[in-house]
Amino acid sequence: MLDVTKDGQGAAGAPVIEAKGLNLTFHTNDGPVHALKDVDLTINKGEFVSFIGPSGCGKTTFLRTIADLEQPTGGSLTVNGMTPEAARKARAYGYVFQAAGLYPWRTIEGNVKLPLQIMGYSKAEQAERAARVLELVELAGFEKKFPWQLSGGMQQRASIARALAFDAEILLMDEPFGALDEIVRDRLNEELLKLWARTQKTIGFVTHSIPEAVYLSTKIVVMSPRPGRITDVIESTLPAERPLDIRDSAEFISIAHRVREGLRAGYEDA
Amino acid sequence: MSRSIPVLTVVAVLIGLWYLAVIPMNAKWEYDQAARNDRELAFGEMVALTMNQERPVLPAPHQVLIGLYEQTVGCDAVGRRMCRETTPLTVQGFGQRVVESVSSNRSLIYHGLITLNATLLGFLIGTGGGILLAVAIVYNRATDASVMPWAIASQTIPIIALAPMIIVVLNSIGVAGLVPKAIIAAYLSFFPVVVGMVKGLRAPDAMQLDLMKTYSAGGRDVFLKLRLPMSMPFLFASLKIGIASALVGTIVGELPVQRGGLGVRLLSGSYYGQTIQIWAALFAAAILAASLVGIVGAIERRVLKRMGMAA
Repeated sequence: MLDVTKDGQGAAGAPVIEAKGLNLTFHTNDGPVHALKDVDLTINKGEFVSFIGPSGCGKTTFLRTIADLEQPTGGSLTVNGMTPEAARKARAYGYVFQAAGLYPWRTIEGNVKLPLQIMGYSKAEQAERAARVLELVELAGFEKKFPWQLSGGMQQRASIARALAFDAEILLMDEPFGALDEIVRDRLNEELLKLWARTQKTIGFVTHSIPEAVYLSTKIVVMSPRPGRITDVIESTLPAERPLDIRDSAEFISIAHRVREGLRAGYEDA
Repeated sequence: MSRSIPVLTVVAVLIGLWYLAVIPMNAKWEYDQAARNDRELAFGEMVALTMNQERPVLPAPHQVLIGLYEQTVGCDAVGRRMCRETTPLTVQGFGQRVVESVSSNRSLIYHGLITLNATLLGFLIGTGGGILLAVAIVYNRATDASVMPWAIASQTIPIIALAPMIIVVLNSIGVAGLVPKAIIAAYLSFFPVVVGMVKGLRAPDAMQLDLMKTYSAGGRDVFLKLRLPMSMPFLFASLKIGIASALVGTIVGELPVQRGGLGVRLLSGSYYGQTIQIWAALFAAAILAASLVGIVGAIERRVLKRMGMAA
């Protein structure tokens, strides 16, 4: 439905994720559920793409399909030019789940080292990388703490550090701040933008929140349910530098308005 | 301190109830004795007598305590000669008595050690087998479907019926002594470990398994870094039940063999109407079980604390 060749940031690189006519149908006892129907989307290198829509619109399913956690039933999907499975095995992405999901028996540092240990990094490199990413998410000094000793926001930052530790080019985030309060969420959004600017990663970000999607993204993908599909793709015209009060600007409000219209249109179709 | 007062109160009430129960339980014998001698028995006199019978129906608490002493480091256990030599009792004399008691077949320490050996061996076999079986059940659908019902069925057979058969069968192939008892102990202790470990190894939720998948983690990593640590609290809960069950299994296994152990003390006590001996052996078994469970609990606290999961 849409072919993007350039984004507003001018930082567009080669396509990293390409979906063409992607379909995914779950077979349940109540009959088939069309979680994704004819999804076409291209995400270029360095983009920050948000997926927004009501529950059941397939935004999480799409993210999981990119991560090879779900298998599409039709169409094509490539990640870094490979199948999602090959990309997963090549450790092309880091995934941040809704819950921080830190292992309670590991310290914060131990949790960040988990993927590094599995991927066979040397002890010295594990320590060096853990220190670097914990610095990046502003958790330096908390290495030896156990997860329960940290607040929810700090736990989620640690889980982002864990996803960053092995230098995957793509970061997939599934409502990572959904369970946090507004104030913590604002701070983490700001930090996430800084982190994105510093690391130049390609980010796929699922959210329920319109302000969050508009504030963070270079591209907003509006989805609607039954069947799960893309109803609008909005290229953000906001500048790269985004202080929190940009949310009061006319431009921000007009983009948010367009997202809201897209969400409403999706409901009326259904 | 704040907890010891309620605990001691409960213990005091229990002991009080025990003493009260001693009176009606032992009264009949005293009245019969009095009738045989054509004597009237006053109530107060009767009560006093019920507290110190030689073969009471229900021994009084102090009789059990004295019995425990006599049958561990007292004269009954160490023999008259050593008893004479070490009276009055000094620290050194006490040490001599303990050493003597370890090898005296009239001593609860000697029998307790026999039981302890078989219990520990059985517990090791049962725990090891239980963990292996749990891994097989979690990783193999066929095992899950075929083994679990048998494991459950195995626990519905009264061990008292099964124990003699295990001993006879093993004896006929030349296995006797410690091992048959340990196998009965293992038979009882593997089950809680299987149930607990299956639950523990399956405790990781879909998200945690997905996370491992995003790392393309192999089966070994998923087991060692996720399933196994996650199952630790379940394992320790099972080990506490398992070690107590192993002790029960060992004692039951000792009944038909009659070659030492607390089970033998229980049985021979009942043969000869030595109720105090039975109760002393029961208390010895209870103290042993409590100590074993306590040791497992202490290890649990240490391990879980190191894992940041201290309860």
